[in-house]
Amino acid sequence: MTIHTKAMAAQLLKAPSGVAGLDEITFGGLPAGRPTLIAGAAGCGKTLFALTFLVKGATEHGEPGVLMSFEERAQDLVENVSSLGYDLPGLIAENRLIIDYVRVERSEIEQSGEYDLEALFIRLGHAIDKIGAKRVVLDTLEALFSGLGDGPVLRAELRRLFQWLKDRGVTAMITAERGAEGQLTRHGLEEYVSDCVIALDNRVEEQITTRRLRVMKYRGSAHGTNEYPFLIDQGGISVLPVTSAGLSHSISDEVVSSGIGGIDAMLGIGGFYRGSSVLLSGPSGTGKTTFGSQFVNAACVAGQKAIYFSFEESPEQIVRNMQSVGLDLGAHVASGLLRFESARPSLFGLEMHLVLMIRQIEAFNPAVVVVDPISAFRGSESEIHATLLRLVDYLKVKGITGVFNNLISADHHDRNDQSLSSLMDVWIGLHDLQANGERNRGLFVLKARGMSHSNQIREYLLGSGGVTLIEPYIGPHGVMTGSARIVQEAQEEAAALERLDEVNRRHREFVQKRNAAERQIAETREALEREEAELLALETVDERKEEALTASRFAAATRRGSSL
Amino acid sequence: MTTLPEPPPAAEPEASSKHVLRLYVTGSTPRSTRAIDNLRRVLESELPDSYDLEVIDVYEHPEAAAEHQILAAPTLIKVFPEPVRRIIGDLSDTERVLRGLDLRARDGRADGGK
Repeated sequence: MTIHTKAMAAQLLKAPSGVAGLDEITFGGLPAGRPTLIAGAAGCGKTLFALTFLVKGATEHGEPGVLMSFEERAQDLVENVSSLGYDLPGLIAENRLIIDYVRVERSEIEQSGEYDLEALFIRLGHAIDKIGAKRVVLDTLEALFSGLGDGPVLRAELRRLFQWLKDRGVTAMITAERGAEGQLTRHGLEEYVSDCVIALDNRVEEQITTRRLRVMKYRGSAHGTNEYPFLIDQGGISVLPVTSAGLSHSISDEVVSSGIGGIDAMLGIGGFYRGSSVLLSGPSGTGKTTFGSQFVNAACVAGQKAIYFSFEESPEQIVRNMQSVGLDLGAHVASGLLRFESARPSLFGLEMHLVLMIRQIEAFNPAVVVVDPISAFRGSESEIHATLLRLVDYLKVKGITGVFNNLISADHHDRNDQSLSSLMDVWIGLHDLQANGERNRGLFVLKARGMSHSNQIREYLLGSGGVTLIEPYIGPHGVMTGSARIVQEAQEEAAALERLDEVNRRHREFVQKRNAAERQIAETREALEREEAELLALETVDERKEEALTASRFAAATRRGSSL
Repeated sequence: MTTLPEPPPAAEPEASSKHVLRLYVTGSTPRSTRAIDNLRRVLESELPDSYDLEVIDVYEHPEAAAEHQILAAPTLIKVFPEPVRRIIGDLSDTERVLRGLDLRARDGRADGGK
């Protein structure tokens, strides 16, 4: 992209438009030395666009300018833009600006015979020469058609005028009224100005007005072709090119603490990378604001500046509420490190919010920002997405770490969340965990680009010490929280006790069994011994009987007198 | 209006003062020359000796163009009598010149009145 831009710039000389953001769409500005047509309906900001071109040209680029106004008197113009900080009388006094009001009143003009607009050329040429003008605005040429009638003379003179402007080498801006359906300009001025055509538009959607700009044509140059929203406010005109930031920002290895020790520990690097964007999504009551507050608190404690963009609560309310979790944000506000910016989301359109945010960031130059919540923005999904993309890109370029809170419905992921995911580097989900008649809060890291991270769902408590993550309890049926965790723990303890009892019992039983066995052995042995003893006794009796028998036999023989 | 007697309003100022006219031209282009000739002819016939004509070359006095809101060339401005009127072109259409100088009533009633 950058190479491409440089190549284009070399081919074609461009004049910075002075309108913030437009030069990014046109890769450098309007065609230098050539006319540009600004077409738009009444109230689109054509005159302001043109004046910005002149004022910025004179003040920032050293190019004096001439405004030929066909509609508004010099005095009216001066008053109309003084609120934007444009000091037209000052510029006029310094010969950096000439406003020539050309009065064209049909009722005063009688036409008799041929004429040309040479006097207008002389008048313009004189003004250009007087201050060495490099820029010219003609606002708006339509007045000539109503004053002089749309005839061949006027047409021919306009053609000559644009050629003359080119010959003079001034960068010109010509404003024109938007024509009816299908016509760019009411009188077809685009026919004469073919170098660059920019269309302005003013639409009301959902009761919020958004001005949009489109570069319809840019001869010899690449340009953004989308419709880009633009804003008119105290700071002038800002165009917001969606893709202006691109993906060419430098990256950082520096780590920024989330402000919550437990979360830092879950992220492999101990926090977020500086310049990363963090999505914190959760249903109401999950403590998103507390997380955001702890994040800015940590930054402020580290001596860094932070902006908290709040779209739902007033700064006072946040400061008060955060005292209940032990955060003294008021002290950071007092020390100038923390700034709250609160606005009702419905107050402005999305673009206005974006530009205001970017302006605040530009002015304050914080290290971290919190947007709480992004879900408060009204608008179509694609528009919100585009706006956030621009904000995220902007923060990345600036190296600012951003935390974006997003309120989602309790049934978890909205489609919105999913589409945001691609923009975010880290996504932390906060959840209601409802079970056993109670509601507990759990968080987990859905994604964290470029770092290893915990995959656990962690229960956390919101207490006087802020957000505290509780050591995860992972049971046989998953992570447990709240009283379920406590019950489970008790059950496990009981089971352990039971197991211990069992062992003891078994041990006792075994001892008993062994004792029994030993008793049995003893008894058996006793029985054997008894038997043996009996047997022995029997044997003794038999011997005695033998002896007795022998003795009797001997006695008998002796009695019979036989000799043995 | 038609019932009003015509001469008195026109006759009174004419008697007291002359028509003051300025003709802005761009150099000596044929169109500029034509405009000057056409104007002198009309004035000599309609307001002999009772007009004061100044011819200004815008090339020589470019600041006068802005000052007097000159846009087209040639431009004739009737400064006096009021109301101020502008006539653009080479003044070849005499009727329109007379009307622009309020020497003829508008809406074509000039011919009827004559």
